[in-house]
Amino acid sequence: MLLIVEDLAVARGGIALLEAVAFTLAPGQALILRGPNGIGKTTLLRAIAGLQPPLRGRVDLPADGAAYAGHADGLKATLTVAENLAFWARIYGQRDTAAAIAAMDLGALADRPAQNLSAGQKRRLGLARLLVTGRMLWLLDEPTVSLDAASVAMFAAAVRAHLAAGGAALMATHIDLGLAEAATLDLSPFRAKGPVTGPGGIADPFDAAFA
Amino acid sequence: MPALLLRDLRLATRAGGGFGLSLAFFLIVTVLVPFGVGPEGGTLGRIAPGILWVGALLSCLLSLDRIFALDREDGSLDLLATAPIPLEGVVAVKAAAHWLTTGLPLTLAAPVLGVLLNLPEAAFGWLALSLMLGTPALSMIGTFGAALTVGLKRGGLLLSLLVLPLYIPTLIFGAEAAKRGAEGLAAGTPHLMLAGITAGSVAILPFAAAAAIRVNLR
Repeated sequence: MLLIVEDLAVARGGIALLEAVAFTLAPGQALILRGPNGIGKTTLLRAIAGLQPPLRGRVDLPADGAAYAGHADGLKATLTVAENLAFWARIYGQRDTAAAIAAMDLGALADRPAQNLSAGQKRRLGLARLLVTGRMLWLLDEPTVSLDAASVAMFAAAVRAHLAAGGAALMATHIDLGLAEAATLDLSPFRAKGPVTGPGGIADPFDAAFA
Repeated sequence: MPALLLRDLRLATRAGGGFGLSLAFFLIVTVLVPFGVGPEGGTLGRIAPGILWVGALLSCLLSLDRIFALDREDGSLDLLATAPIPLEGVVAVKAAAHWLTTGLPLTLAAPVLGVLLNLPEAAFGWLALSLMLGTPALSMIGTFGAALTVGLKRGGLLLSLLVLPLYIPTLIFGAEAAKRGAEGLAAGTPHLMLAGITAGSVAILPFAAAAAIRVNLR
């Protein structure tokens, strides 16, 4: 198993959003998170990525962690496409960026500063970053925002190749990627019913002490 | 982590990177002081080490809010926090990059600008030495302050208020070291104190700053 989530409860700004979320991801599997705006898809992904502590529950990641891609692409405007990508590759201990540039069709843009790219091209570069991380588990938050139909297909192909290579992907998205093999998890049934206690929750001991 | 250092240095030296900002501010302060204080050589020479230290400190302060704010805005900080390098290492590299683009140029420029302030001849070496020992502490403490305020929009004011009191010991010992050196007195003790502040902050603050970032990213 690449990812095991058990009885996970997450909160945003002290308000419990989701509770009792449980699922597993095996190599070759993709899971699409769905649910209305504000249900906690981003918060759930950030908790799984380790950016915020969960209120409760357990997250088991692979030993080398996961590649997380949030709403922002983490690009530096004054660096070129190739430099941005090479930087992230080296952070993840990789060298080769040519495959990622080819997979996201960035070859013609490689020497352009990232500030001159369109929103969709920036997004493609942000997704190319996933390919250079070499991580088996991808955590994707709205990966297709501002992509055109052709780019969405290109991204779907990249995800499919990643799954075929034994990787797994967990993504929050509203559009249909055309990934037949992906399972869908509707988060609506996991909406938190009441205040959940725990570190960072609204009944935090710190707040209680000063109430 | 060398990749991160290289990237930060590259970003600092490209357009809009703010590399020259601190240096220009330092230049402006030292050029303006003689106009304000008056051209009388004795007075200027006496206050020169202190003015240069205050100028270097304020120039350092000017660029602190860039350390993490830009990475936070474009999402890099989230990605770095989930990357396989430890956040403590990220903080240390960020502080090192800040020193290389701010503290080191200020140290090299200070003796040159000392000429404008009629700095006594004997003081040039001591001033450079004290700045060399003290500016890493300024960068490290500043990085800690930047980490504390990373989640705040327009956190510059709070950052300055937080960092200024922490800078005072460095300023006192730094200016004292340069002044004592200039006057031919024994300057060992303030230099050692300065080195101690730098060593202490480099040892402790990366951990504190990384903890602050983890809280602020939630």
